[in-house]
Amino acid sequence: MARDRLEIKNIAKHFGPVKALDGVSLTLKPGECLALAGDNGAGKTTLIKVISGVHPATSGEVLIDGKPAQFSTPQQAREAGIETIYQDLALANNLTIGENIFLGREPKKRLWGFLPILDRKKMAEAATNVMKNLEFHTDRLDSPVQAFSGGQRQTVAIGRAVHWNASILIMDEPTAALGVPEQKKVLELIKALKAKGHSIIFISHNLQDIFEVSDRIVVMRRGKVAGERQIADIDHNEVVRLMISG
Amino acid sequence: METNNKQMLFLTLTKLRAWVFLALLLILFEVWSHTIYGRSFLANPYNLKSLAFFAAIPLLLALGQTFVIISAGIDLSVGFIMGLAAVISAKAVAYFGAMGLPDFPAVMLGIMVACLVAIIPGIINGILISSLGVPPFIGTLGMYGVARGAAFLFAGGMTVSVSNSILKWLGNGLIMGVPVLVIIVAIACIISHFLLSQTRFGQHTYAMGDNKAAADRAGINTKFLTIKIYALAGLFAGIAGALYTARFSAGSAQAGEPLLLISIAIVVIGGASLFGGSGTISGTIAGALVIAVIQYGLVYVNIEPFWQFIAVGIVIILSVLAEQAQSKLWGAK
Repeated sequence: MARDRLEIKNIAKHFGPVKALDGVSLTLKPGECLALAGDNGAGKTTLIKVISGVHPATSGEVLIDGKPAQFSTPQQAREAGIETIYQDLALANNLTIGENIFLGREPKKRLWGFLPILDRKKMAEAATNVMKNLEFHTDRLDSPVQAFSGGQRQTVAIGRAVHWNASILIMDEPTAALGVPEQKKVLELIKALKAKGHSIIFISHNLQDIFEVSDRIVVMRRGKVAGERQIADIDHNEVVRLMISG
Repeated sequence: METNNKQMLFLTLTKLRAWVFLALLLILFEVWSHTIYGRSFLANPYNLKSLAFFAAIPLLLALGQTFVIISAGIDLSVGFIMGLAAVISAKAVAYFGAMGLPDFPAVMLGIMVACLVAIIPGIINGILISSLGVPPFIGTLGMYGVARGAAFLFAGGMTVSVSNSILKWLGNGLIMGVPVLVIIVAIACIISHFLLSQTRFGQHTYAMGDNKAAADRAGINTKFLTIKIYALAGLFAGIAGALYTARFSAGSAQAGEPLLLISIAIVVIGGASLFGGSGTISGTIAGALVIAVIQYGLVYVNIEPFWQFIAVGIVIILSVLAEQAQSKLWGAK
């Protein structure tokens, strides 16, 4: 059995007297898609914010590839290979695919040997490669991403994570803002990423989506893990029962 | 949404609308000039020089305003920061001259002092907006008042005159027939274009203006970026103030008062969106020329000056309409 890509042990996160997370533990294997389900306020979002470095945990431990990790900023988490993809498409719509992939980490070169300028060629080449790998074919790589559909833009966001070699992708409702055909495409993409060895934490309200792409499901309720099952061993009713009554 | 060729052509035209306006205006005044004077408007070195003088100082303010507007902000204080800098540069050049410094170092030091003073309200604007959550409109409106008052206080309520040969040359001299003032503004344009299109600073300004949350999530320090943008706007206003003093050998607190709205109009005509995220330096240059051609052209053909306001206003409205059509065609937002 391969070593866990991510292991979190007994994580607690308190906001004043509110225990948003109360002793949560879970593991994530290489190439695995773990669904995180739970009603609103169950603590899913807080949990991923702890993992991705937005909130420091009050107590508990995070291990990546068996090594302890502590992130106090999203950048640190990103450097450790954790990328987060949001439902509301965290892209600058006025920039190109390449510029979005490199946003905040733009490559530079020197003009006439001394003047540092953005290396647009490198950005465009990376965009071409990444998008080709994700089966996203367009001849408009130099268009601002607002020219693309929601699903295509979500592919760009995922492409950004892939380009930076994220070993762990956290997807927070990645299909919520999309139409049905586009949701299908993103789900196909998740399967392809799994096959390439990326580990995925998939948050969704849509049980059908969860059952389609996930290997395992963790159901949260009131800041605790209410249950954990292999997808093959559980049905919709059981998930809902766990969400409601733990 | 797939766009066809006709739409692409229209999009290109709306993007370059400032240059289209400029071409139409030049044709208009060329024909007008031939009709009433029987001579060319454009093929006239005096007219070209006058247009360049007309455009130069408003353009300098508009360069800073371009960065601010692309970042989804607005800077209402640049006009009086310019006035403050005009007064300070006049006082400082006179002071260093009185200390016995030769003309050249006195001018350099004086302009430096004026620019440093002009950056301070810019930095404060940036801190107010980025760290204290004050909306740009309100924060810079406050600074408008503060800079205005400070400028009048420093000037003692009067126009401060200064006599210095180098300063006078900066404002009125020629190098191979081209005004020094225009050369300085051209250099500022090149530097601004470089910053906006070739550096991370520019790239992040665009990103923050379109989607601040995305910029934050990408690890961009948007607070520091905002401070830098408003400080830059202050710096350009400072240079504009110093050049005003150079042009007229006197600094006035009101130097930039009529130029505040003009600077915003230039940027909007130049194709920037007041919602942030778009705009270019070349557009801003064209916008400044559009306004200069309207203002100077109408005087040249002997139309009452009040028509300038109407003409500039109509161009602003047309420009925003083109912007609206453009975003509809993109489908997004």
